[in-house]
Amino acid sequence: MNRYRPRTLVLELVMAAAALVVAFPVYILVNLAVRSPSDTSSPIRPTTSPTLDNFSQAWKQGALGGALANSLLVTSVSVVVVLAVSSLAAYPLARITARWSRATYLLIMLGLVLPFQLASLPLYHTMRDLQLLGSPWALILFHCGLQVPFTVFLYTGFLRAMPRDFEDAARIDGCTPLQGFRHVVLPMLKPITVTALVLNTVAVWNDFFTPLLYLSGSAQQTMPVAIAGFVGQYVTDWNLIFAALVISIVPVLAIYLALQRSIINGFAGGLRG
Amino acid sequence: MIAPTDQPGKPVVPAPGPAPVPAPVRRSQTASTWWFLLPAMLLFVFVVLVPSARGVYYAFTDWDGLDPDLSFVGLDNFTDLTRDEDAVQAIWHTLLIALAITVIQNLIGLLLALGVNSAIKSRNLLRVFLFAPAVITQIVTAYLWRNLLGPDGAVNSLLGGVGLDSWQQNWLGDPDTALWSVVGVTVWQYSGYSMVIFLAGLQSVPAEIHEAAAIDGAGPVRRFWSVTRPLLTPALTINLMLSSIGGLKLFDQVYALTGGGPGHATDTLSTLIYKDAFTLGEFGYSIALAVVLTLVVAVVSTGQYFMLARTEKAAS
Repeated sequence: MNRYRPRTLVLELVMAAAALVVAFPVYILVNLAVRSPSDTSSPIRPTTSPTLDNFSQAWKQGALGGALANSLLVTSVSVVVVLAVSSLAAYPLARITARWSRATYLLIMLGLVLPFQLASLPLYHTMRDLQLLGSPWALILFHCGLQVPFTVFLYTGFLRAMPRDFEDAARIDGCTPLQGFRHVVLPMLKPITVTALVLNTVAVWNDFFTPLLYLSGSAQQTMPVAIAGFVGQYVTDWNLIFAALVISIVPVLAIYLALQRSIINGFAGGLRG
Repeated sequence: MIAPTDQPGKPVVPAPGPAPVPAPVRRSQTASTWWFLLPAMLLFVFVVLVPSARGVYYAFTDWDGLDPDLSFVGLDNFTDLTRDEDAVQAIWHTLLIALAITVIQNLIGLLLALGVNSAIKSRNLLRVFLFAPAVITQIVTAYLWRNLLGPDGAVNSLLGGVGLDSWQQNWLGDPDTALWSVVGVTVWQYSGYSMVIFLAGLQSVPAEIHEAAAIDGAGPVRRFWSVTRPLLTPALTINLMLSSIGGLKLFDQVYALTGGGPGHATDTLSTLIYKDAFTLGEFGYSIALAVVLTLVVAVVSTGQYFMLARTEKAAS
């Protein structure tokens, strides 16, 4: 069924058209980001004398450097913690068949359905009482807890589909459970870890609602909130806004392109598990 | 390419289900790993479970977010809600947006998956490219489209350029098109995500079955319906769950595209929750809206779960 026929060529063209629908907004984004504000021609016309001024101006006026540093801090710490605690938790959930283990798993899965809006308002006041509002650590704490259900779901499904022979062998060789997990199980979890890493990075990096709440009114901002503030400030200065948008998506896009093969494979693994 | 060999060890037993009774020695040794759960549980309980439970409780009080002295008001917040036209409208918008996103995004996602699962030369490149919008910050996508859909934006310029001037309009400023613009932008961003999940399902369909069906004289449509479709159910389950729950919770896109406007034409439960709590200070009322959202999500997801579990059973 994998031969290239005339019909395949037609399909190839149809798919290219679909790709154009995705590409068109991105083209406009870049096209306007490199255009000087004095150029008022139609947005779909290619910019004749491209300039990088918008980028340096957006960077300075939007204080994007500080926001970028905050986003990097919040994302990297949250994701590392979430991956560590979730892979560890998935092990007994996948391997112990006792009733309490299944009940705990279902309780954690409840977190997939609960909308974060419900928890975030009471938690907002807890964070205020702990004087953590306005601090990136409130965000880190929030994301660590919020991402646990989905990450545990990924790891547990993967572990259940994995034979336990190696762990048993390690145990017979005298490894403690923790040593066995660290040296035998964890290396075998690598494919799902890459998927979980990317999906969590994307979720935490892109989150807007939580930092909007927990960091509002403070000088500490993450990238999405800084962008929203920037748009509010430069309402119609779209060339500048578009330059800021481009700056903000470069880091996640870079991670995606670097790891794209594993991500798309990881989806297949998660589905099979 | 997704090769099955990427997996370290395929399951010998297909379903996780209740495992065959393990040897007593082995079980006692695995049982000693229960404490591996502690760090994750601590975070989950502190961040998700306890605040959610408190939220449900506050919905029955006059909580204002500041005063620690609460008084119990029973169902007052909820009866206020049924009398509040904006809230009732927001519930409808939420359901409509979620339904539209779920149907359109999965339909496009499935067609794209069938496209990139064929013999076309660009399939690997397309896969990476079509998924890419899903990793972009939602708020960035929304601001980009706010410009594109503006009166002088690229969409209207494009329509003018191909002679469809009569189709030009103020997409986000007109209540009739604003809601559909929110749906369209979300579908634009996440169809590639659905595609990748469907693709994983399609690749679990063995090529031999297709060839056998083709030899037996089944055309492409018949082959899709009788061979591929039943085996696609797990992917469909995940896709429907993700898109419907995501659609019900949608906040960023609405906030950045329309802010709930024009008027209240695109307000959803999520945007009302935010506005009531943080611009009006009505925390008790806002949390009652959050409880309604939770109920809607719970009903929709359990309903879908049981319906799909039945189809899955029927298919196997």
